[in-house]
Amino acid sequence: MTARGPKANYKLGRTVAPYLYLSPSLLVVGLLMLLPMGMVITYSFQESAVLRPDTSFAGFKHYAAVFGDEVFWASLWHTLYFTIASVVAHMTIGLAFALMLNSNRISPMLRSVLRVLYILPWLFTQVIIAVIWRLLLDPNGVVNSILIDLGIIGSKVEWFSSVETALHAVTFANIWAGYPLFMVSLLAGLQGIPKDLYEAADIDGATGPQKLFFITIPQLMPIIVSISLLDFIWTMQVFPLIWLTTGGGPIYATEVLSTYTYKLAFSQYNLAQASASAVTILLISVGLTLFYIRHQKAR
Amino acid sequence: MARRNTRREKLITLALHLGLAAGLFFAAFPIYWMLASSFKTNGEIFALPPTILPRVFTLEAYAAILTDPVKLRFFFNSYLVAAVVTILTVVIALLAAYGFSRFNFRGKAALSTLIISTQTLPPITLLIPFFGLVVSYGLFDTYAALVLTYLVFTLPYAILLLTGYLNTLPRDLDEAVAVDGGSSWTALWRVIVPISVPGIVATSVYTFLLCWNEFLFALTLTKSTDMRTVPIGIQLLMGQHAFEWNQMMAMSVLGSLPLLVIYLIAQRYFLAGMAAGSVK
Repeated sequence: MTARGPKANYKLGRTVAPYLYLSPSLLVVGLLMLLPMGMVITYSFQESAVLRPDTSFAGFKHYAAVFGDEVFWASLWHTLYFTIASVVAHMTIGLAFALMLNSNRISPMLRSVLRVLYILPWLFTQVIIAVIWRLLLDPNGVVNSILIDLGIIGSKVEWFSSVETALHAVTFANIWAGYPLFMVSLLAGLQGIPKDLYEAADIDGATGPQKLFFITIPQLMPIIVSISLLDFIWTMQVFPLIWLTTGGGPIYATEVLSTYTYKLAFSQYNLAQASASAVTILLISVGLTLFYIRHQKAR
Repeated sequence: MARRNTRREKLITLALHLGLAAGLFFAAFPIYWMLASSFKTNGEIFALPPTILPRVFTLEAYAAILTDPVKLRFFFNSYLVAAVVTILTVVIALLAAYGFSRFNFRGKAALSTLIISTQTLPPITLLIPFFGLVVSYGLFDTYAALVLTYLVFTLPYAILLLTGYLNTLPRDLDEAVAVDGGSSWTALWRVIVPISVPGIVATSVYTFLLCWNEFLFALTLTKSTDMRTVPIGIQLLMGQHAFEWNQMMAMSVLGSLPLLVIYLIAQRYFLAGMAAGSVK
């Protein structure tokens, strides 16, 4: 693509060039994203797929099997509980930490040290988060020991292996791991709120809570909504954290859509039915993504 | 009146600091506990009462990990795959970002929407066809399987980050090259790339971390211990009958080291990357 000077040549270059620059990316997106998406949809309508494939058309058989499976519905419910509780808590904790750090009552030194420390949970990958919380929440672990000393529980709780507590325990671990995204984004947002809004409120004699609810939160709303949507979409996809703490158990108590699908595919080797489940997850995700993109464009 | 106000102010400041201390405990205690446990003997991990500082400070867990060739191989694999994917991603994304940032063309809006939307694709949906493709092309249990599949997830972020960065650079720069008769290709490599180093660093850091942390594909598309990465290595340690908790913690600390080091040295770049999804 060496330009030889003439204007016509330059213009042609301007028309063709962008596609050339984009071609490697389009190749990756086409071959490794669009093609696999087509494949998984195809698999879901085959008698069986991948291992010993039988490509005869199976209609909606696998979808009927998925929707007729009560474990699927339990997984959907657990996914929703896990996701909604996580997003709400991430937002609340993230906002609380951001407001505290943004306060002019603390020294700049303390603020920068705490900011670094508060972000720490974000640095750890889900596998390590799983390991950390298995250590903390082990029946003989430090959390039980502290709670017994404080008299909050009477005897050791098997957080991850009893049906009553397992889902709450994995959700708690995820809450711990995920709030910094909100905190960082909201801190940036707080610094962008025009100071004169607060000055005007002071002149009108507004109280602290009034300023919070009538200035700060409305000003942060666009960030809160867009991060909540992204967090919702990402949290729904959770896999390693659950796989490594409870594996979906005990007795499906923490089964979520991704672990349900994974087990269908790679424990039962029912890849066609797993594809039907995977396409269902895809449709949910596409719906949320369209909503997210519409929201981003509206901004 | 004035005195009551100062007392009130003091109380608020005190409450704020108590809140900050509670926040610090919530954020940092689990990490401290991992770190402390990695220096304990396995017998001391669940000692009653729990020992805040290791009673016997020992590096035996680290020694066990760092002298085991199987585990060292996990680290080698993780570094190798993450490095290769990072280089490929940055080069491919830089070209695409340049196209998006400096040209107007038909289909631009649709393509950028497509790329934004790939950010939210559920990995589990792509896993089954990837497994099919990897098996049928004989790539099962190879580095290539990991490198190719990781690209799908790193590329969209990298394109968004770099497009955002290139958009901040004045267009006069490339126009000056065009006036001198240079092509857009020359402008990219001679002018844009040298001044885009901060954007490229931020993108590389984020890409590296995405690869370093990946679990699902590594779990499914590799099988032999020779091909496993660090996250899978940690899972394998957990699957053993006798739990070597101190080794699991030491491996987790070592596995988090690249992130911690990058975070502490290049916090600014790191946060730019982490926030990539949210600021577009």
